[in-house]
Amino acid sequence: MSAAQSPDWLARMQRQAAAARDPRLRRFYEAWQLPGSTPLRDVPLAALDLETTGMDPRRHSIVSIGIVPFDLGRIRFSQRRHWIVRPRFPLQALSVTLHHITHSDLAAAPDLGEVLGDVLDALAGRLPVVHYYPIERAFLDSALRFRLDEGIEFPVIDTMQLEARWYRQSLGARLRHWLGRRPVSIRLHESRLRYGLPAYQPHHAALDALATAELLQAQVAARFSPDTPVEALWC
Amino acid sequence: MATKLHLVRLHSLARQLDSEALEIRQHLARFPPFEGLTDALLDLVAESVDVAYFKAGSEILEREQTIDALYYIRSGAVEVYRRGGALLNRLEEGDIFGHFSLLRNHRVHFPVKAIEDTLVYLVPDEIFRRLGTEDEQFADFVELDRPRLQSAVEKRGGDAGLATTRVRKLISRPPVMVDASVTVRDAATRMTASHATSVLVLGEEDGNPRYAVTAPEGTQACLLGVLTDADFRSRVVAEGKPPETPVSEIVQGPPTTIQSDETLQEAMLCMLRNNLQHLPVLHRRTPVGVLHISDIIRHQTHTSLYLVERIFSQGSPQALARLLPDVREAFVRMVEEGADSQVIGSALSTIGRSFTRRLLELGEAELGPPPVPYCFMALGSMARNEQTIVTDQDNALVLDDSFDPARHDEYFAALGQFVSDGLAACGYSYCTGGIMATNREWRQPLRVWREYFIDWIGQPTPERLLHSSIFFDLDSVSGEEAFVVALQDLVAERAPRSPLFLAAMARNAGNRTPPLGFFRNFVMEKDGKQNNTINVKRRGTAPMTDLIRVHALACGSTAQNSFDRLNDIARTDLLPSGVSDRIRYALELISMLRIRHQAIDLQRDHPPTNSIEPENISPAERHNLKDAFQLLSDAQKFLQFRYPIPARRS
Repeated sequence: MSAAQSPDWLARMQRQAAAARDPRLRRFYEAWQLPGSTPLRDVPLAALDLETTGMDPRRHSIVSIGIVPFDLGRIRFSQRRHWIVRPRFPLQALSVTLHHITHSDLAAAPDLGEVLGDVLDALAGRLPVVHYYPIERAFLDSALRFRLDEGIEFPVIDTMQLEARWYRQSLGARLRHWLGRRPVSIRLHESRLRYGLPAYQPHHAALDALATAELLQAQVAARFSPDTPVEALWC
Repeated sequence: MATKLHLVRLHSLARQLDSEALEIRQHLARFPPFEGLTDALLDLVAESVDVAYFKAGSEILEREQTIDALYYIRSGAVEVYRRGGALLNRLEEGDIFGHFSLLRNHRVHFPVKAIEDTLVYLVPDEIFRRLGTEDEQFADFVELDRPRLQSAVEKRGGDAGLATTRVRKLISRPPVMVDASVTVRDAATRMTASHATSVLVLGEEDGNPRYAVTAPEGTQACLLGVLTDADFRSRVVAEGKPPETPVSEIVQGPPTTIQSDETLQEAMLCMLRNNLQHLPVLHRRTPVGVLHISDIIRHQTHTSLYLVERIFSQGSPQALARLLPDVREAFVRMVEEGADSQVIGSALSTIGRSFTRRLLELGEAELGPPPVPYCFMALGSMARNEQTIVTDQDNALVLDDSFDPARHDEYFAALGQFVSDGLAACGYSYCTGGIMATNREWRQPLRVWREYFIDWIGQPTPERLLHSSIFFDLDSVSGEEAFVVALQDLVAERAPRSPLFLAAMARNAGNRTPPLGFFRNFVMEKDGKQNNTINVKRRGTAPMTDLIRVHALACGSTAQNSFDRLNDIARTDLLPSGVSDRIRYALELISMLRIRHQAIDLQRDHPPTNSIEPENISPAERHNLKDAFQLLSDAQKFLQFRYPIPARRS
């Protein structure tokens, strides 16, 4: 988790820009300008949340995408973007209640392919911030491979992984585990409460993105400094 | 059809508002000034907020930085500081800050620091301004147009039936009027024919403009008085007068009248003060009707008018004491009807005075007539006509200068004791400071009282005056009113010319300070300490009346009521322009808070007190109160500056 182990995302994104075939993807990669040494205070961020029909990108699909641009000083909730997209696989009853999205909403929604340009433009030049990165990365990659026959990769800050550093991998957390105590929850809601953040109604992509952005601001205020290089956080 | 269409439209509108903004909207909708916004404006705010997080201890706003949004605390708590670094305010969930700076150059005036981990919603400046132009209540709250206090007081007065209903509304028919030369038989016949219970008696115009009226034929006349059914019984039949007696012989004047555009509140007070049942109503100089007590009662089923009558018909102190529940009921009713603090204070003082007068009558009946003339003097809140339901008795006896202690004091000691015990039984507890007619020191002839006042004013020190300020609210209740008027005149004449006295009074007026405001369920003190309750009399109304008294003494006012005093003060240049109005609003606001909470106590069968728990104060009330406390604090500081200790003695 130190800067030394951190991938050189600037170089990787530049290689991807050269290799990308889809113009929307190429635009996305080319917009990336941030070396890993950039202090956090200067990093444009974008909280990203996907709502999906399940956890497995091979069987489940994206139903909504929320993006909230922000930086360490201010979360631009007023500039948030939110898309509902039609899933590839049929919606199961359980997820319906989870997302407050109904079948008729989805029937009228566009395919992700139609809004992909908008989604990527909203992220362009910004470092995505997510809570539990495997979902966002894997689902976007899978969705793009299905539609464009090429995937996507990008750096993220994962607020859950940051919590795990302190509450799962730290010496104290291991001691706790060794003593047989229940581990501290690092889910979004519980993590937020540790920083005095209010309880939000979960499972709306834009609101979860806002909740994630707030959590990162809180984590940086508590554990890092605005001068911390971004490579200390991303993965 | 229309309903269906409407429903469909509503449904589609609801779909348009993103549910993530709904979360923010729901929170905003719980707190002023957002709680009063229309749905459309509330949606607009919720849609347009940005967000920021601040760790406990971090600076949110620094002095002189630019500011482009209104800050709304979603969670956490912050402290606001003054220029000198002193704590100005502590704010919590649902509070706003930054509006002051947004309205003035977009530069931060008061720095703000997070004292807990804090999440704020930022309402962009252009939205803030739009709310200010489109929503009057929002503008009031952030003081876009006028001070928040003033609008708070005005708004509450708005729905008060008694305070806003004009007398003319209750006048259903013209008065019966007769010339003073007609016989009582003719007058009675006219009344019977018109189903009237009273008749106005007109005489020849005598040049006194006060009673000049326009008679039905358009000629000028003089209103001599009112004759009522009861007068025909008591002054004609009971006295054995023949039906041929001219009405001029039995009419008693001069009459008390009221203008038709006065409020019912004013009419009620007028009747209470003069113990009247019939009140002639004039439109300019034309009599337009007669208002009867029952007209008002029918209009506002009010019990305080009846109470005064009932007080005077009770035959013993025990019977008087049994009226206590009625007094409380009348009080609660007035509060519920939205009467303001002046109406309530005046009505309760009238009730208190009536108890005192009746007790004096009963006392004299038991002890015999007084050996020398006396005046029973009210001090403190009763003298100011500002009593509430929680009050103790402060009174004294001013005796004729022919008073001889050896021969007469036994009588007055007994009378004082009788009244004092009676008042205590009626709910007016004994004065803990002993300022009662039972105390020999306060049962003295007029010349001794003069010496007291001359001494207080001429040889003042803050310590000596500490317990004497109550004597500078004085009024007669019963007996030789002239005695107390002489003392009032003496004070009004000497006080303005004694800077040392004013300085000592000003010093004492600053002893009891208001709190800073409220924070969660605590009372915030200026040093950051928090308390569970606030004594709103000790910390609010009392220091306010104290400081008003000092200015009133300085300008030689003989008024006793704080609002009357403010009128007198406003006519001088003692206070910067507009300040006396702001003090008036603040006093009204704090007084009503105290009164309303006493009414709530009574409704819950709790003994009423002057204490208020912060959890019982609504968010909007908190903001207004904080302003009022701030104003009181500033006015106290100004007082010390305005009446400094004269240099030669310091």
